[in-house]
Amino acid sequence: MQFKAMILSNAEVSPGYWRMRLTAPQEFAAAKPGQFVMVRVSGTIDPLLRRPFGIFDVAVHVPAQAGAVEQPCFDILYRVVGKGTAMLSALHATDLVDILGPLGRGFELGSPTEEKLIVGGGVGLAPLYLLAKELVKQSPVRLFAGGRTRDDILCITEFERLGVECYVATEDGSLGECGLVTEALVRRLDLVQGQASIFACGPHGMLNAVAGIAEKRSIPCQVSLEGYMACGVGACLGCVTPGSNHSTETPDFRCVCAEGPVFDANELGWGC
Amino acid sequence: MKPDMTVNIAGMSLRNPVMTASGTFGYGQEFAEYVDLEKIGAFVTKGLSLKPRAGNPTPRIVETPGGMLNAIGLQNVGIDAFIAKKVPFLRTVNTPAIANFFGYTSEEYAELALRLDSIPEIAALEVNISCPNVKQGGIVFGTDPKCAFDVVAACRKSTTKPLIVKLSPNVTDVVAMAQACADAGADALSLINTLTGMAIDLQRRKPILANVTGGFSGPAIKPIALRMVWQVARAVKLPIIGIGGIMNATDALEFILAGATAVQVGTASFINPNAAEQIALDMEAWLTKNNVGSVQSLIGALEC
Repeated sequence: MQFKAMILSNAEVSPGYWRMRLTAPQEFAAAKPGQFVMVRVSGTIDPLLRRPFGIFDVAVHVPAQAGAVEQPCFDILYRVVGKGTAMLSALHATDLVDILGPLGRGFELGSPTEEKLIVGGGVGLAPLYLLAKELVKQSPVRLFAGGRTRDDILCITEFERLGVECYVATEDGSLGECGLVTEALVRRLDLVQGQASIFACGPHGMLNAVAGIAEKRSIPCQVSLEGYMACGVGACLGCVTPGSNHSTETPDFRCVCAEGPVFDANELGWGC
Repeated sequence: MKPDMTVNIAGMSLRNPVMTASGTFGYGQEFAEYVDLEKIGAFVTKGLSLKPRAGNPTPRIVETPGGMLNAIGLQNVGIDAFIAKKVPFLRTVNTPAIANFFGYTSEEYAELALRLDSIPEIAALEVNISCPNVKQGGIVFGTDPKCAFDVVAACRKSTTKPLIVKLSPNVTDVVAMAQACADAGADALSLINTLTGMAIDLQRRKPILANVTGGFSGPAIKPIALRMVWQVARAVKLPIIGIGGIMNATDALEFILAGATAVQVGTASFINPNAAEQIALDMEAWLTKNNVGSVQSLIGALEC
């Protein structure tokens, strides 16, 4: 659906990373973990296109005024990387933005008996909080958060408040273990002997490594991808990614926005 | 009184002059949730080839100020899958569906035109001549009047449906191209297709698009498109569909003044999926406000 959302808050949560809360219509409460929104940053033609953001959280907004009605609200977590996100970070509470969403295919929650291992790299954590919120209702959940430095480790306390056990790894060792987050993931998998499923979002290199780890152990693994997209609804075909049967002769492209952004890791062609 | 918004293109009667442009509206169904397809004049489906095409590697799109570059590489499901999977939806919508198509030889174009001709759900054909002719050293059909004539003539022989030719702006003389297409039997011309452009990442010293170059579209190209529509409208006696950076009703009406009978909305649909519907509504409101009884009275009504 397309709607005008009012910004409720917009704050920097870590250097360069922002969290924005926006109002939404009633139907938005049905948004699934892993789905995303397309945000029109300004009404002008520069920036021209909407920007895609994973839905970090869906909650209920209780207005302060007496007699006002409750309504759904949602959060996006974003990194300022260019003109569009810089403009987004300059918006204030009560500003209106045009939203398209919730869009795309979200995560499958899977069987309640397995332990759920969530892996997030940097701002890749964005679609994983709402997922964790759902998963803790039925299974033990562990989060593996990785980044270059401590500044890239976001919103860990929020996950801890859900009862999620969190492991942190940074490449420079400024927070948690020094190294890659996949090392801690492997240790956990060795301990639980494969009785787990993985949910991951982050840089392509990290997702590739996680998919490899899951495949080796025959563990279910879902990944959420990013893509350069213009429309978000499967029309522009800008955001495609190679599928598992992809080759130059027999092309197999999947549309990240409409067929994803969440894919079973087996569906994708990682070597392409 | 409500203004008369109907227009006529090559025997097709449209409820209003606003269409969606090929490649920006999927096969129609993708947008059905956001747009009332029965409030727009017509919609043009994603360009079709005989065989499915994978398209280019990514990144395929990049935004630049006031516009975007795309190098999708004509990814499409191919004519067989189109007939099996996409045509049934077209049957459910009471709005003309125009099939855009392309080939790499005149024979391929002709074969596609023949196959599309037999589909009752298709109201008209739009032929994309901005493709390289593999039999003639890769020269783009739409940049050489002789090549353009041959390919349009081949399509003309294969179909009795209205035949629209979509012109490339990447030419020295767009009027010569338009004339060649008219001589070959086109019923209407749509212009402009995207302008070839590129974008560079300074720090990486690399092109941003995997394909290096791409097609430039969006509001930044509107002045060029308007100029070309105006030039062609003065020189060629065929109905014209104006395309190029149309974001709102004002833009659309400017194209009509310049000589277009109808318009296509492209990049704007990416930003607002219901852009075409909104533009049609706003055009009607403009006519009402300005006491213009029919949109047809504005076609080519530019005073200069």
